[in-house]
Amino acid sequence: MTPYVEILPQILETLQPFTKEGQALAEETELVSELGLDSMQVMQVLLKIEDRFDISIPLNNLPTIRTVKDLGLEIEQLLKN
Amino acid sequence: MSLFDKFTTLQETRQALLQSGVNPFHLTVEKILSPTEAIMNGRHTILVGSNNYLGLTFHPECIQAGHQALDQEGTGTTGSRMANGSFAAHGYLEEAIASFYDLPHAIVFSTGYQANLGILSTLAGAGDVILMDADSHASIYDGCRLSGAEIIRFKHNDVSDMEKRLRRLGNRATHTLIVVEGIYSMLGDRAPLAEMVAVKKQYGATMVVDEAHSLGILGEQGRGLVEEVGAEQEVDCIVGTFSKSLGSTGGFAVSRHPLFDMIRYASRPYIFTASPCPSVVATTTAALRVVRKHPELRQQLWANANRLFNGLITSGYTLGAEVGPVIAAMIPNKELALTMWQGLLEHGIYVNLMIPPATPNGECLLRCSVSAAHTEAQLTHICQTFHTLKEQFLS
Repeated sequence: MTPYVEILPQILETLQPFTKEGQALAEETELVSELGLDSMQVMQVLLKIEDRFDISIPLNNLPTIRTVKDLGLEIEQLLKN
Repeated sequence: MSLFDKFTTLQETRQALLQSGVNPFHLTVEKILSPTEAIMNGRHTILVGSNNYLGLTFHPECIQAGHQALDQEGTGTTGSRMANGSFAAHGYLEEAIASFYDLPHAIVFSTGYQANLGILSTLAGAGDVILMDADSHASIYDGCRLSGAEIIRFKHNDVSDMEKRLRRLGNRATHTLIVVEGIYSMLGDRAPLAEMVAVKKQYGATMVVDEAHSLGILGEQGRGLVEEVGAEQEVDCIVGTFSKSLGSTGGFAVSRHPLFDMIRYASRPYIFTASPCPSVVATTTAALRVVRKHPELRQQLWANANRLFNGLITSGYTLGAEVGPVIAAMIPNKELALTMWQGLLEHGIYVNLMIPPATPNGECLLRCSVSAAHTEAQLTHICQTFHTLKEQFLS
């Protein structure tokens, strides 16, 4: 099982190419409103994350994922299962 | 603050469109003249966006059957089949659909949307998984949500992504429902079904194929993509609609599974809605007979599709997919798409304007649906107008 603390830096690394110049990423960064990702980019980010951790994030769970931390906790949960 | 406040943005967008003189989402057909012609905005207009693939909406056999049913059975059923009972004609239509597909079981739904809602929400449930193509129709998304199953999307038409996600499911793959479409409505591309079926079989999953845009179009008998690729033994359920190639309304599902008919007793979108009215059932049954009797309609559709496809390619358009009943011209941005759509309308041609978020990959599309009833003169006018607009706006 991969703990959240090990998941977080991998998420930040995956998200880095999607940030605007000089934009800082943190646990509380909001994926849509702060990063300004459109629906296409959200899909791209998720695909990268899913492949990186070899998981599939159910569509049902997406409404609860707002921040980087939410995403990390979701990944941790999926890896646990 | 009110619950209605969330519609303010929509209202502003609509207002901006109206002020620009273009309102693509509120057109009125003032008078319908034939399967391919109508009066719109007071102008004689060729319909190239109505999904009337075989042109059956004015077929004399269908109209006569509809008249007869109205005279003999009245205007409506006034309730659900479960509560009010089925009319004999509901059963005849189900027999006709099952016979058309050479399958033992068929269920008729009141609309195509409800067919997906009814099948997907009942076949899969809590604890199951639905693996769906990301570019699926809204009725598939809604049916999946209603099921309570875990929903996982795979990249559009990407067999390896589908396989990867089945592998990740481990033992749960055998409780997974894969949902794909024969022909996708936006771009007109087809599912790589033979490859998908092989993967589905490998993992022991169940598969539903939505043939809404391929019924009457693909396959030797017009049964759709499943027939065309010879996957009839492997696909567990086919759903479809009567509102496109059959020129009516309603939906259906067919299957060979011995328990399939039990869905009828568990499917809320089947049980808790009024059953299709007699005239609709009659015109649909007649249209099925016409499709079986007249394979030349399908040949004419393909000839027309080739004609339009080649015309647009020659003019330099980038099209969404291979030749087929749906031909989508890709336009670089929303403003141009609106302008060109309006230009087509002013030249007496109605196509579907498709813009994000309704489209895959954020594409802007002028979507044409070809009909077997389009005449050579109409196709020439459509191709020439597209050519003129290409020269005017995209060169």
